[in-house]
Amino acid sequence: MVHSRTARRRWTAAIGLTGVAVLALSACAQSERGGDSGSGKTGGTMVFGAAGEPKNFDPIFNDDGESFRPIRQMYDTLITYKRGTADLAPGLAEKWEPSADGKSWTFTLRKNVKFHDGTPFNAAAVCFNFDRWFNMKGAAAQSQMIYYADVFSGFAKNEGDAAGEPLYKSCEAKDEGTAVLNLNAYKGAFPAAFGLTSFSISSPEALKKYDADNVQQSGDSFAYPAYATEHPTGTGAFKLEKFDKANKTITLVRNDDYWGEKAKLDKLIFKIIPDENARKQELKAGTIDGYDYPNPADYNTLKSDGFNVTPRPAFNILYLGINEANTPALKDLRVRQAIAYAVNREQLVKTKLPAGAEVATQFIPKTVAGYADDVQKYPHDVNKAKELLTQAGATGLTLKFYVPTEVSRPYMPNPTEIAAVITDDLKAAGINVEIVSRPWNGGYKDDVQKLGKHDLHLLGWTGDYNDAGNFVGTFFGRAKAEFGFDDKALFDALSAADAVVDETKHADAYKQVNRDIMSKYLPAVPVSHSPPAIVVSSKISGLVPSPLTDERFDTVSKG
Amino acid sequence: MLRFIVRRLLQAIPTLLILSMLVFIWLRLLPGGPSGALLGDKATPEKIAALNKVLGLDQPLIIQYFKFLGRILSGDFGSSLISGEPVMAEIGRALPATIELSIAALLFAVVLGIPLGYLAASYRGRFLDNVTVIGTLVGVAVPVFFLGILLKQVFAQELALFPPSGRQDVTIDPTHVTNFAVLDGVLTQEWDASADALWHLVLPAIALSSIPLAVIVRITRASVLDVLNEDFVRTANAKGLQATIVRRRHVLRNAMLPVSTTIGLQTGLLLGGAVLTERVFVWGGLGSLLAQGIERRDYPRLQALLLLAAVVYVLVNLLVDISYAIIDPRVRTS
Repeated sequence: MVHSRTARRRWTAAIGLTGVAVLALSACAQSERGGDSGSGKTGGTMVFGAAGEPKNFDPIFNDDGESFRPIRQMYDTLITYKRGTADLAPGLAEKWEPSADGKSWTFTLRKNVKFHDGTPFNAAAVCFNFDRWFNMKGAAAQSQMIYYADVFSGFAKNEGDAAGEPLYKSCEAKDEGTAVLNLNAYKGAFPAAFGLTSFSISSPEALKKYDADNVQQSGDSFAYPAYATEHPTGTGAFKLEKFDKANKTITLVRNDDYWGEKAKLDKLIFKIIPDENARKQELKAGTIDGYDYPNPADYNTLKSDGFNVTPRPAFNILYLGINEANTPALKDLRVRQAIAYAVNREQLVKTKLPAGAEVATQFIPKTVAGYADDVQKYPHDVNKAKELLTQAGATGLTLKFYVPTEVSRPYMPNPTEIAAVITDDLKAAGINVEIVSRPWNGGYKDDVQKLGKHDLHLLGWTGDYNDAGNFVGTFFGRAKAEFGFDDKALFDALSAADAVVDETKHADAYKQVNRDIMSKYLPAVPVSHSPPAIVVSSKISGLVPSPLTDERFDTVSKG
Repeated sequence: MLRFIVRRLLQAIPTLLILSMLVFIWLRLLPGGPSGALLGDKATPEKIAALNKVLGLDQPLIIQYFKFLGRILSGDFGSSLISGEPVMAEIGRALPATIELSIAALLFAVVLGIPLGYLAASYRGRFLDNVTVIGTLVGVAVPVFFLGILLKQVFAQELALFPPSGRQDVTIDPTHVTNFAVLDGVLTQEWDASADALWHLVLPAIALSSIPLAVIVRITRASVLDVLNEDFVRTANAKGLQATIVRRRHVLRNAMLPVSTTIGLQTGLLLGGAVLTERVFVWGGLGSLLAQGIERRDYPRLQALLLLAAVVYVLVNLLVDISYAIIDPRVRTS
């Protein structure tokens, strides 16, 4: 009945296209709307507005949020995260245990788990996945496995990749429910990195059937096989029904054989709407039930319109980078400290960053193990800044401040405005600033990260998993054009912290490194942690925002 | 005649070669390059360098260009960096969307524009005429994207009469045959899908039709006024012919010649407007492909779209020249 009424309404409205009676007719049709019945706590369809299309659905070939969102609903990882946090929780593995030297990891696997194709999940399937990743052939495939290459440092045969000695040694299926992963060295990223969406476990049968490894180089790019584009087969709470590329929708349906609590929704549709304003309009028009990354400027209007805007716990960092290579004065710690004292970060966070943003005292968020409460702090103090500059003989300093344009990142919604505030603060302390604006993709990243043309710059990072090394190690673990220093002591301290196996000692080592970074090195000024938000209509409940943007929609219900 | 066509076709080859070279070099000179775009946000200079080697982007530009030329001559335009799908498949799917939108806009402009222009001319200097003239001025002056945003704001968001964006409702699960959404619904007898597609077409088609509509109204009005002043109309009226017959047989038919030329010209311009309209209405056509391609530096996609535009341009010019040659034989020998 609803169906035929909907059809009639559409026809009525459609006729309007050809005549001036459009508005009158559709106004009549409009009065017939609203007959859709509520769908209750279970069942129903949720439509979520996604900002971009996924590259493909094979977890190992992806590293971006838009691909990860649907993948997370269809797959599970060995270890996952407690809802709403970055803390580890059992996934496909109920338990995990490192050996004393951290070179092998034993996973006790969950029983009675089936892949979407009905084949059983077991230790052999886990090892099949690890072996597959390690032995991936072809330069094309390997260069698309960003996280694997990073975490496992390379492949059986490193083609066209600068990676060194591979970390992976072997995987043994001791019995159905026990898989042992052997590594050539300990790595601090584990166990947290086992939760990376890229390392989701696929069905070995489906991987073989749909030719999953057959990635072809096509000109300057790569073309993916059917497994990645049409037949992703995991163990997740939802299964892929269809990726309608013409209509830009990804339709997932509930997996009734799911090992955990079954999803509440019958269907979950991701509608790809690249324009943020269009996503907002669709939500207001009721054609979608929620979307990601609302503009901070819209938070209040959205809330007053009855939508739930939920900021995720911040898991990122914005920093004011300092390049010590071009201007000799910047090699002096006192000058870098003067810059830190000069910037009024409290004010900046209040005026230019979204609600919930916090001033950063170090380069990792509070939730990451290794966060130290007692680091040296740099509260806003212009006089102190001036004094330090005088002591260092660096008065009248002029710095080139590189600022990205045409970009908005969760950690910096508006770089130009943030830069303007910092510039004023620095000028007040007697530092002359010459702003150099470069488009994010049109030269900024090259100038800063590759060529080091700048003195100061704005950049940030969103964490991949809960490990301090993923933040500070990435920034300061080796010599980079971005910061222009080459300090072996710091590099060694970071790799030593990374190599500590014991969890508590691992965190302690990073705490000390963080204290040292803030007092002895200060290669940049940590500015803020900003929470990226997610917005849903009042009909939606059960969506738990994740600091890692690792939202699972199986707990969501509509109505 | 055949020799003329062959000669013109041969002349088109160097033009296309130069265009392909310009497109290629321009894209390669942009910072970051395809590797930076492929590797995404967490690309480091080292990773970019390694991937450049894999993709052969570390070779001299001239060698890269000839390899690129070889690939496109064999029909391989590469795969999109965004979707990992061959770009020709993407274009093949998006083209019908753009054509569908353009046809709807053109139909709207013609069906509404000719009667309006005719009425305005018939009531010259009166209220209806004045309103029409002012209306068409506004129609030409208002940018398409602004009108689109306005229409969305009023009719989709405030009044909720039409969907704000997209080609079809997500609850519709259409079968794609030709990728013309309305037509596919008819072909597969999924009437609901067809109606839904039409419903989605209304706002973008109105937005896109604003300029051609205004132009058609003005040309029709001017043309009808011209014809009304012709001697043969005066004669027909003087002979006591019925007014409706005079209007239909003599005035309208003669006035339609410049109007049909204008419609032809507007069709070409519609594609340009479609790019902006598609952006506003998140229409999955060529405009959306282009916009996203630029934003995310999808080099293979941009290369293919720019080359496609160049080929269309060259072909249209060729057709125009050939049609002139048919009409006026002197062109062939000059």
